[in-house]
Amino acid sequence: MIRFSDVTFTHSGARRPTLVGVDLTVPEGEFALVAGRTGVGKSTLLGAVNGHVPHFTGGRLAGRVEVAGLDTRQHQPRDLARLVGVVGQNPLTGFVTDSVEEELAYGMEQLGVASSVMRARVEETLDLLGIADLRRRPLRTLSGGQQQRVAIGSVLAAGARVLVLDEPTSALDPTSAEEVLAALLRLVHDLGVTCLIAEHRLERVAEYADRMVLLTGGGAVRVGPVAEVMADSPIAPPVVELGRLAGWSPLPLSVRQARRQAGPWRQRLAAADPERYPRAPGGPTSQSPRPPVPDGTGLTARGLTVAYGQTVAVRAVDFDLPAGQITVLMGRNGSGKSSLLWALSGVGPKRAGRWSVDGQPLAEAPPETVRRLIRLVPQNAADLLYLDSVAAECAAADADGSGVGGACASLLDQLAPGVDHALNPRDLSEGQRLCLAVAVQLTSQPPVLLLDEPTRGLDYPAKAALGRVLTGLADQGRAICVATHDAEFAAAVADRAVVMATGESILVGPVNTVLTTSAIFASQVAKVMSPQPWLTVAQLAAADAETP
Amino acid sequence: MSIPTLTRLPAPTGPTGRNRGPLAAIRARVTIYGLPRALHPGAWWLWALGGAVAASRTTNPLSLALLVAAVSWVVVSRRAEAPWAMAFRLYLGLAGFIIAVRVGFRILFGADGSTILFDLPRIQLPDPFSITLFGPVSAEAVLSGLYGGCQLGAMVICVGAANALANPKRLLAAVPGALYEFGAVLVVALSVFPQLAESVQRVSRARRLRSGRGRRHFLRQVMMPVLADALDRSLDLAGAMDSRGYGQRGTVTARARHLTSGLLLLAAGGLCVGAYAALDTSGATPGWLGGAALAGGLALAGAAFRLAGRRARRTRYRPDRWRMAEAVVVLCGLAPALALSWLSRTHPTLAYPSVSPLVWPGLTVVELVGLLAAALPAWLTPPPPDRAATAQSDQTTEPDQGAKTA
Repeated sequence: MIRFSDVTFTHSGARRPTLVGVDLTVPEGEFALVAGRTGVGKSTLLGAVNGHVPHFTGGRLAGRVEVAGLDTRQHQPRDLARLVGVVGQNPLTGFVTDSVEEELAYGMEQLGVASSVMRARVEETLDLLGIADLRRRPLRTLSGGQQQRVAIGSVLAAGARVLVLDEPTSALDPTSAEEVLAALLRLVHDLGVTCLIAEHRLERVAEYADRMVLLTGGGAVRVGPVAEVMADSPIAPPVVELGRLAGWSPLPLSVRQARRQAGPWRQRLAAADPERYPRAPGGPTSQSPRPPVPDGTGLTARGLTVAYGQTVAVRAVDFDLPAGQITVLMGRNGSGKSSLLWALSGVGPKRAGRWSVDGQPLAEAPPETVRRLIRLVPQNAADLLYLDSVAAECAAADADGSGVGGACASLLDQLAPGVDHALNPRDLSEGQRLCLAVAVQLTSQPPVLLLDEPTRGLDYPAKAALGRVLTGLADQGRAICVATHDAEFAAAVADRAVVMATGESILVGPVNTVLTTSAIFASQVAKVMSPQPWLTVAQLAAADAETP
Repeated sequence: MSIPTLTRLPAPTGPTGRNRGPLAAIRARVTIYGLPRALHPGAWWLWALGGAVAASRTTNPLSLALLVAAVSWVVVSRRAEAPWAMAFRLYLGLAGFIIAVRVGFRILFGADGSTILFDLPRIQLPDPFSITLFGPVSAEAVLSGLYGGCQLGAMVICVGAANALANPKRLLAAVPGALYEFGAVLVVALSVFPQLAESVQRVSRARRLRSGRGRRHFLRQVMMPVLADALDRSLDLAGAMDSRGYGQRGTVTARARHLTSGLLLLAAGGLCVGAYAALDTSGATPGWLGGAALAGGLALAGAAFRLAGRRARRTRYRPDRWRMAEAVVVLCGLAPALALSWLSRTHPTLAYPSVSPLVWPGLTVVELVGLLAAALPAWLTPPPPDRAATAQSDQTTEPDQGAKTA
């Protein structure tokens, strides 16, 4: 269905090609997973399938890309629209109309499908993707998972036989991601749709994929059955790492497969205490806890309430962030996590409640005081950055914060060594930009740091690096709070977990009890080793080394 | 005229055969006519324009009040549950404001009149202006302000009614194929504005997280990220539209394209000449020339649109069809326009009641019938599609904060 023959692609102005001599054939009905580190060319590869690359983006493409026998050299993306459907990470930016039904029909209108056929296909698509009850809803009021399903439906209704999805679940909470994947799988199984999907969160997709296309860097690709390619892939979900550690064959790709092979491990480690082993390299354990902090320091909030009109986002929440600890804030989209963080930062709206840092009350304090004690890195870190070079951003942060020249720049070098300070922040990678935003917010040495969804768009190594940075900050005695959907990240770095639902805090406790008892927010290792409270592969590796 | 009638409809092949024949057919037609649906937006606009034309032909406050009452009644009974429909009260407010301003200005600047209502102290502005403010307020002045204000206000309310009853986006979708691109641009622009507002809000909120510096850097701190954001979004949207088939070329020869442009140019020329001749009151251009040029221009434009429309091979999802009810609505709008045009020509003193000397305004039967006809769509048209269904599905899930700020 999709065939790349000796494809080499060079972005205009780039010295090195992004893809070199790629040969790839995806037969009809296959579900193929494209993986690789950030910036390795996944989006380029996906864009080449419908000719978006290079017709729209520019650059030079050598070799030949064919879809169902049509060469993208002769066919523009719009001519391939009835064959290839493209779905991006943020569906909202690709929506042309504003209601569900009209959006589903848009592609067909462009292709000149007869009115009566269109009507029937819209109804069918609504049912296939389970969005029939949303048909008249404005697109902007849908949740992320619903929007993503509408986006898939809109290309499917136009008759697409090939779906190209670029990180469709990255921005979604685990439940919405499962909805989207379930809808996709139904299309693959029942309709024989060919799927090419790129995803950072391999733990969500790996078990469903037929084959894996791994971009290894330098423009090369490795293609093969998922378990085979995963065996020595530099990026792998926790179950695969566990399988590699244990030497299981075949390599498990799903929790179920791993769990069936993990019996002996559970027996052998039954007596071991998971708390004795660090969940991430360098993390605290019961043997080597974090440096102690004075009692009663950190953030304490009581009765915090946020409402927009009649909608209550946060309902009288009592919330603590002890100094020297990392707290994760979990819960589905729209459960009030962001509203809570914004209210604590002193910028977001709030109806009621008081909160204090190290005993200093902040409810009535001027914004400067709150800003000195609490800093928030928002979901879209780029919003914080507006100057034209990293160096200028750092200088502005110094002037704003401590007044010590170079404080921000040296922080940035600790967080992300090797960032070119002459670059425009918009040219940095996602992870580097996040580090810059964190450095900017940390320059004034606030005792409390809040981060909203920092791991979206980060690959495994970048997430590990962020984890190390946060652990270092907690060791300095700061109170850290991370709002995230990412159970694996939470399992690796957090000390405490708070779960929110419908604006209320419903579960508070140490991370190893919260994450092992929740079905949705448990890490993969927790699910494999359940009922033993192991959370990460690093813990198991350390325990394995000590246990005979 | 609601769904239950449909279920009570006897089967056409009843055992007695009593219900066969023309009566049953008519009943079925009436039932189908009355099924809830959204009318063609063009019908509502023509109806409202009829009302506005009527308002422009009279200053009689009684006629205007009747007209506004009729129009408002139709809006209240036939608008859908949608944001644009809820904007009607804004137009009512605007009309009230217009009347207040007109009357206020008459009082402020004073005007002649013999029937003095009350006296206000005069204020003589200093030399360069040499204007006197306030002074005695006459009934004539207030009434002439009121009449003028009522006329303008009624026209505004008619436009507001069209806006409330017709989905503006459906109206765009009803433009001829040749104007499709124009419609697409408007639709995209309409959806971009809320996004832009949202991004400004998001970025200025993020700005407050960071620095306490003043407004000096506002432009840079907010506009830079917002513009970058907007550019990214437009590129994304353009890419998405491209890969969904927007701008697919049909099979059109270069000759047909040139022919279309030529026809459009000629049409524009004809329309210009025709409009000039029609508006020229000096009599320098003969009347027949204006009419002929206007008609010719319209015909050419129609031909060009047809030709250009053939180029775009697009179809419409659930197009609004022009059926019986639409014709009824347009006729109901035509009635007041005709009635008041006739009145203003034959009985100008009734259509424009004198304020000096003061005359009590009156109504004629023709006027009354014409104006009341404007209210008929409230009963004669099918109701808007199920409000309950939409309202219910809107409540199933809350808007997702996370996805919106993504």
